Amino acid sequence: MTTGAYTLTELMAVTAAREIQDGEVVFAGTGLPMLGAMLAQRTHAPQCCIIFEAGTVACQLAHLPMSVGDPRAMRGAAVAAGLSEVFSYVLQAGRVDVGFLSGAQIDRFGNINSTSIGADPRHPSVRFPGSGGSCDIACLSKRTVIIALHEKRRFPAKTDYVTSPGWLEGGDSRIKAGLVRGGPSVVVTTKGVMRFHPDSKEMYLASYHPGLTAQAVADDTGFPLDTTGATETPAPTPAELHILREVVDPERVFLK
Amino acid sequence: MNTKITPLAQAAALIPDGATVSFGGFTTQRHPMAFVYELIRLKRRNLYLFGHSPGGDWDILIGAGCVKRVELAYEADEAFATIGPRWRLAVQHGQIEWEDYSNFSMVARFTAGAMGIPFMPMRSLLGSDVLARQALTAEQRAADPRTSPLKSHVMQSPFDPRDRVVLVPAIHTEFAVLHVQKATANGIVRIEGQTFADVQQALCADTVIVTCEEIVDEDVLRREPERNLIPYFAVKHVCHVPFGAHPYAVFNYYDYDPRQLKAYHDGAEDDARFRQYLQRFVYAVKTHDEYLAAIGGTARLDSLKADPGYGYRPDLKRRRLEG
Repeated sequence: MTTGAYTLTELMAVTAAREIQDGEVVFAGTGLPMLGAMLAQRTHAPQCCIIFEAGTVACQLAHLPMSVGDPRAMRGAAVAAGLSEVFSYVLQAGRVDVGFLSGAQIDRFGNINSTSIGADPRHPSVRFPGSGGSCDIACLSKRTVIIALHEKRRFPAKTDYVTSPGWLEGGDSRIKAGLVRGGPSVVVTTKGVMRFHPDSKEMYLASYHPGLTAQAVADDTGFPLDTTGATETPAPTPAELHILREVVDPERVFLK
Repeated sequence: MNTKITPLAQAAALIPDGATVSFGGFTTQRHPMAFVYELIRLKRRNLYLFGHSPGGDWDILIGAGCVKRVELAYEADEAFATIGPRWRLAVQHGQIEWEDYSNFSMVARFTAGAMGIPFMPMRSLLGSDVLARQALTAEQRAADPRTSPLKSHVMQSPFDPRDRVVLVPAIHTEFAVLHVQKATANGIVRIEGQTFADVQQALCADTVIVTCEEIVDEDVLRREPERNLIPYFAVKHVCHVPFGAHPYAVFNYYDYDPRQLKAYHDGAEDDARFRQYLQRFVYAVKTHDEYLAAIGGTARLDSLKADPGYGYRPDLKRRRLEG
């Protein structure tokens, strides 16, 4: 789907990149998070530190990895070790500023399901790969950015399985569960950008993508979505698009 | 010198039906695939696998009917295939038993086993269904001593009751099989690039089998001992298997093979086509050399060899492979 001079994937990658501040430690996953992190590193956040759970820290990617364990994730890395080092000393110890997540279902408190569809996970109608590091990233990053396809069935009031805890039941339930930090700060989807109310922790619409309306996004969401004050998502700049297309993903591995 | 060099087929034959096994690597790199194909040819059954993020090593074993139960965090080839096709079908058709963890919790479990302690405390999982729900029933756990009687346990820190941690049980396996870049005949191992959880997986296993790209002299690896992470006395067998991880990558040696991965993923979606894949690339070839010939021989392998400046193949096409 093309919106004017850029595609939806490009808009999402740019929107995700803008969530990364310069100097931050970024725990990235495969796909759009890699596009966003590489773009941020080449634009407004040259000092952001990209980490992959398979064992590399402070990567300077030259080619898009197909996996977080790709040999390409070794390029320019400051440290290469294993999962234990990254999860224990970097993530659990509280050194990750922003983690990227995605999943098949997201609920109104930003809880994510990437395990299976169906009420009984022992007999699912559809099985997904499973948590990988997502549960850990969701529990232990200082904040998380969620990337998702926006369809009504993918945004139910309650997910079939909580693979990666968001704000759980809202309010202070996340802290009460014993999680020491973190929680989702934003959800970047194919239709808009959602954030969370500071107290209730309920998702609200912050912006809708160009060509859509706030109501259209709410209509495609499986729970009531507060659209008060929602504005249009800022378009990518020509400079961002140029870097994304010519430097980050000239092979069109993830860009559409 | 006490040599541990063992022919691949002989090493694979050491693994009996029903064995507990973990394989090294992570999604798209350094899986001991040649060893996995041997296990399929040997028609091993009821294997019990432990892993964090395996990929096609598990998927083809599951599809070939070799696996009874798995404990894992993830099974897919990431951007090459966002779900392992045979893993998905096996779950949806009730053909496999499994338990879900996260990558950190599986690695913590391997670490506890490697350290000789019964469990590891961690701050992850709280609030999730990975903690709250179980895929294995209490009866299934009780009936099999190879499975921990409990999936996890939440406790307050004895040092500060306000502090809550999750304990995850140690893993001990009968076998760990790694594919690495270099090893010596007596079992010194050199992993280049990301180590994944290979070290912890090796050190919580009774028998460690290492397949490697190159056998090198001891003095080569003893020159930089800080880069050798597994004590040689923990390694029982060393198999020399160049391209032993194909179609997956080995940093500094070769890249993944997108064409072969596509052939696998396309085939594995469908029972009949999966059987054809198995027949052509596993059953019809008797040795690893025959496998390498079947996937395209020297021409294909040369196209995957790593550029020494990168450790991978910078010009490798990953998408739009036609033509």
